[in-house]
Amino acid sequence: MSSGADIYHEMIVDYSRNPINYGEIENHDVTFHDSNPLCGDSIDIDMKIDDQKVTDIKFHGKGCAICMACTSVLTEITKGKSLDDVRKIEKNDILSELGLEHLQAVRIKCALLSLKVLKSALYTYLGSNIENTEGIDTLKAEAENLY
Amino acid sequence: MLKNRQELIFVRGTTEAINLVAYAWGRPHINEGDIIVTTEYEHHSNIVPWQLLTQEKRAKLEYIGMNDNGELNLDDLDKYLATGKVKLVTFSLMSNVLGTITDAEKIIAKCKAAGVPTLIDGAQAVPHMKVDLDTLGCDFFAFSGHKMLAPTGIGVLWVRKSVLQTMNPFHGGGDMIREVHKYETTWNDLPYKFEAGTPNIADVIGFGAAIDYLTKIGMDNVRQHEIELTKYAMEEFAKVPGLQIYGTKDITKRGGVISFNFADVHPHDVAQIIDEEGIALRSGHHCAQVLMERLDVAATSRASFYIYNTKKDVDALIDSLNTVAKVFKL
Repeated sequence: MSSGADIYHEMIVDYSRNPINYGEIENHDVTFHDSNPLCGDSIDIDMKIDDQKVTDIKFHGKGCAICMACTSVLTEITKGKSLDDVRKIEKNDILSELGLEHLQAVRIKCALLSLKVLKSALYTYLGSNIENTEGIDTLKAEAENLY
Repeated sequence: MLKNRQELIFVRGTTEAINLVAYAWGRPHINEGDIIVTTEYEHHSNIVPWQLLTQEKRAKLEYIGMNDNGELNLDDLDKYLATGKVKLVTFSLMSNVLGTITDAEKIIAKCKAAGVPTLIDGAQAVPHMKVDLDTLGCDFFAFSGHKMLAPTGIGVLWVRKSVLQTMNPFHGGGDMIREVHKYETTWNDLPYKFEAGTPNIADVIGFGAAIDYLTKIGMDNVRQHEIELTKYAMEEFAKVPGLQIYGTKDITKRGGVISFNFADVHPHDVAQIIDEEGIALRSGHHCAQVLMERLDVAATSRASFYIYNTKKDVDALIDSLNTVAKVFKL
């Protein structure tokens, strides 16, 4: 079980110092911001979307090592994926990448803030680009069941 | 310290106490264009109720700024008082983040000269030092049980009787009434007018036991113990490379909390690693995001001392910082 100090392995510490895909995309197609009210971790994700694919993704914000490492990993997973595949990304895709499958409840929000922001960005984009109204209800239902 | 039971209202804690004042005093007394003054180092519970009130009333909320030493710039207060529009000045007697002990006597003297009532958030001060309401001379004073060895969910709001008499009820319901008719109600005596519903009897008794215990130890002894620990901790912290302490270095002007950041390591990570060594720190914004913005940090780690802590605990904390340094290759 990953508890306590052993979650701070090399990869987490490295990612926290040198996050991947850190920055902003000036001509983004969608951007989303969210924060954790309890701890104050705060993340913005920008995405460039072409032909239903995430062609570029960057994030910026402040957070603990877990938050920064997970956001880095998530942006790596997302980059180049089709929007359908981004819809399917789950929390374990991030956690397993960093050996954090059994992260304690108190830190899980640090780890998954980025996923919340990514999905919110995705649904914001899909919602504003959808053509038929039937699809909107499906999207809304999906978005509401995310958490 | 509390001589008149009529002036003492039991509440859930400091948060409810301040909300009670904002609602029951604020609504009948605050009008468009009025100013309420608070400070940059307040807990959210002494900011948000005033935002709600001033937004509803189209009044203004202003802040007494803070210098880099963590002390209030009282020139700001003078500036606001000079407008003649200030209706309330509200401040913490001790910052929950920096430990700064507010110069309440000076603030209250200025406010009295201007005829402005004052509210003190005593949640941090009351558990850690002797507080005398007669000497302070404020009009509202709030504090919580759970920060002074009592159960959670119990606190006190003290209001000067002459002010209390000008206030509307807070919650309507049982106990707070004298007579209820179909379309009108008359109010119970003070303080029951402000204590609607079944009281929190068990926690009040627990609160009493905590107060008796602390009184037996003596609040001056509590304060002295914390001064010694804080002084020792500040000296030891100063020896750790990369450790930044926030607030004044003058021990006589601060309580027993030390907020710090350690190199580039996020406070949550510091707290988690240290927790493994059996040391509990609080990390985060400490419900003081306005202060975090002022300090230009996302969060801090905070060590807090009380009567049960010893110098050995400080040594253990310093040792555990070495583990943090190792993990993060500092």
